[in-house]
Amino acid sequence: MGRITLDKVRKAFGEVEVIPPLDLTIEDGEFVVFVGPSGCGKSTLLRLIAGLEDVTAGQIRIDGEDATMVPPAKRGLAMVFQSYALYPHMSVRKNIAFPMKMAGIPQDEQNRRIEAAAKALNLTDYLDRRPGQLSGGQRQRVAIGRAIVREPAAFLFDEPLSNLDAALRHGMRLEISELHKRLDTTMIYVTHDQVEAMTMADKIVVLQGGVIEQVGSPMELYRAPRNIFVAGFIGSPKMNLLTGEEAAKRGAHTVGIRPEHVSISTTDGAWKGTVGVAEHLGSDTFLHVHREGATDPMTVRVDGEFSARHGDTVWLTAQEDQIHKFDADGLRIA
Amino acid sequence: MATQHSRSAARFMMAPAVFLLLVWMLVPLSMTLWFSFRRFLPLRGGDQGFVWFENYSRFISSSAFWPSVQTTLIIVGGILLISVVFGILLALLLDQPMWGQGVVRILVIAPFFVMPTVSALVWKNMFMDPTNGLFAHLWRAFGADPVVWLSDAPLFSIILIVSWQWLPFATLILLTAIQSLDSEQLEAAEMDGAGHLSRFGYIILPHMSRAITIVILIQTIFLLSIFAEIFVTTGGAFGSRTLTYLIYQRVLESQNVGLGSAGGVYAIILANIVALFLMRIVGKNLDA
Repeated sequence: MGRITLDKVRKAFGEVEVIPPLDLTIEDGEFVVFVGPSGCGKSTLLRLIAGLEDVTAGQIRIDGEDATMVPPAKRGLAMVFQSYALYPHMSVRKNIAFPMKMAGIPQDEQNRRIEAAAKALNLTDYLDRRPGQLSGGQRQRVAIGRAIVREPAAFLFDEPLSNLDAALRHGMRLEISELHKRLDTTMIYVTHDQVEAMTMADKIVVLQGGVIEQVGSPMELYRAPRNIFVAGFIGSPKMNLLTGEEAAKRGAHTVGIRPEHVSISTTDGAWKGTVGVAEHLGSDTFLHVHREGATDPMTVRVDGEFSARHGDTVWLTAQEDQIHKFDADGLRIA
Repeated sequence: MATQHSRSAARFMMAPAVFLLLVWMLVPLSMTLWFSFRRFLPLRGGDQGFVWFENYSRFISSSAFWPSVQTTLIIVGGILLISVVFGILLALLLDQPMWGQGVVRILVIAPFFVMPTVSALVWKNMFMDPTNGLFAHLWRAFGADPVVWLSDAPLFSIILIVSWQWLPFATLILLTAIQSLDSEQLEAAEMDGAGHLSRFGYIILPHMSRAITIVILIQTIFLLSIFAEIFVTTGGAFGSRTLTYLIYQRVLESQNVGLGSAGGVYAIILANIVALFLMRIVGKNLDA
C-alpha cells in the first residue's frame, strides 16, 4: 500500500518560499514523475515526502495516516539518491543488508531478501565487492537493491539516472519501468528530463517555481498542455511557438505547433522559408527552417530520407487541427 | 607525459634538495654512530678511543633503561588515546552549524601555536601548583586536599599537558574528514532507519578512519621525542623519565657522549619498532 496525499503543503527556507501551498494525491501503485527545470522545487518536494525536510505548513498523509511529523525511517519509504549514496566501506551485500540490519530483521530472512534482490538486479556476482569497484550502472542497481529489500510502501527516486551515460540511461529506464510493473508499488520519480517523464510515468506532475503547472498522463500533457510552459516543456524537440499575425489570424495570443505536425514541400505551402541547420537522427531529421519575415527558426520533423541542404527553399504547412492556442496569459484556449 | 629529456631535467633540478636532505640526515646520524662506539667524556679526559659495543651494553643494562621505554610508551599511548577520542568528539561538535563558527575554529587551534615550553610552564604554575594553582583552589573550594599533580601523578599530568597541545591538531584533521562526508550518505542512512549512534558507528567513523590513521601516525612521530614538557615540569623525576630524557641526562648531566649516543641509536630502533607496529595495525587504512 502506498497512497500519498499532500494537503496544502508549504515549504519555506527562512523568508524564501520554495513551495507555495500545494495539493497532490498519488494513488497506490502509481508511477508518478515530478518534472521541471532545475530549481523548480521538485527535489524539495520529494525530500518533504521522504521526511528529510520539515514541512513549513500543511499535512502529508501516507495511506490515510498523518505522517507530517513522522521521522523518515518510520514512513516506510525508500529513497534512491542521485549520487546513489552507497556506503563506500561496506561490500555490496552489507550495503543492501544495512536497512534490514537497522530494522532488526533476522539473519536468514536478510539473506533470503538479499539473494532475491541480487538475482532480480543481476548483482549476484558482485555481492562481495565494494561500491568503488563497480560501474555507474551497477552502483545504481545496488542503490535500488538497498531500497527493494525494505519492501517499502513507496519508492522515491531523486534524479537517479543523471550520472549515467546515454546508453546506460536508456537501459536503466527500462529496468526501473519493469521493476515497477513487477512490484506494483508506488514510485515517485524526480527528473528534469522530459523524455524520462514521458516514457516512464503513469502520471506526470509538471512543476515550475514550486507550483504545479499540470498533472496528467503523458499523452494528456502532450495532447492538451494547459499552458505555454507545459507546451514548451513536454515534447521533443520543443513546440514552435508563434505570436503576432499568425496567432491573431487564429484568434489567439500565441499558437503552438509541434515539429511533427508540420508538413514540408519543395513546391508549395503556407509559409516559404529557407533550410538552416539539419539534425539527422537516422529515422528522422529535424530541420530548422527560417520562415520569411520571422525571426526565430521553426523546427520541423521530416523523414530521415528527406534530402534538404542548407539554403534550400521549402514550403511549410501546419496541420490546422493540431495547432494549440493560448491566450495573453499563456493559458490554453479550449 | 614524461619524456627522457624532462626526466633528466627533473633529476637535475631535484639534486640540490636531495643532496641537502641527505647531508642533513646522514651527517648527524653517522656522527651519532661514531660517538656511540667511543669512550667520550668531555669533562673527564675527552675522547678516549674505541670501546665498540660497551656503551650499548651499559646503556641497556642500566636500571633506568626499561622503565624509560615503558614511560615513553605510556605517555605516547595516553596522549594518542585522549587526543583521538576527544578530537572526534570535538570535531563532531564543531561540525554543527553555529554562530561564530570561524572564530571558534581559530580559537580551537590556538593551543597548537603555544610553544611547548611555555604551555608546560603555564600548566605547571597556573593550574597544577599545589598552593597557588587553579586546580588547588578548585579542590579547596570543595574542601578537598589539593593534589600535588607533578609528584603524585606525574605521568598523567604530562599526558594532560601534551594532550592539550595536540588536541587541536587532531580536531582539525578529523573535522575536515567529517566535512568531506557526502551528506546524501547520512540521509540515506537516516532513511534506512539508522539512529544517531548507528549513523556515527556505521557511516561517520569508518569515513574518518583514514584521518584517524594519519593523526595517529603523525602524532606518534612527534610524541616519541617529547622533551620540553618533561624538562620544565618534573625534570625527569617521579618516574617520568622517557627514553629521550634519559639520553639527555646521559649526555649532559653525566657528560657521557658515547653512552648517550648509544641511547640515541636505541631510540631510533624503538621508533622504528613502534612505526612498524602502527603501520601494520592502522596502515592498511591508507591503501584503500
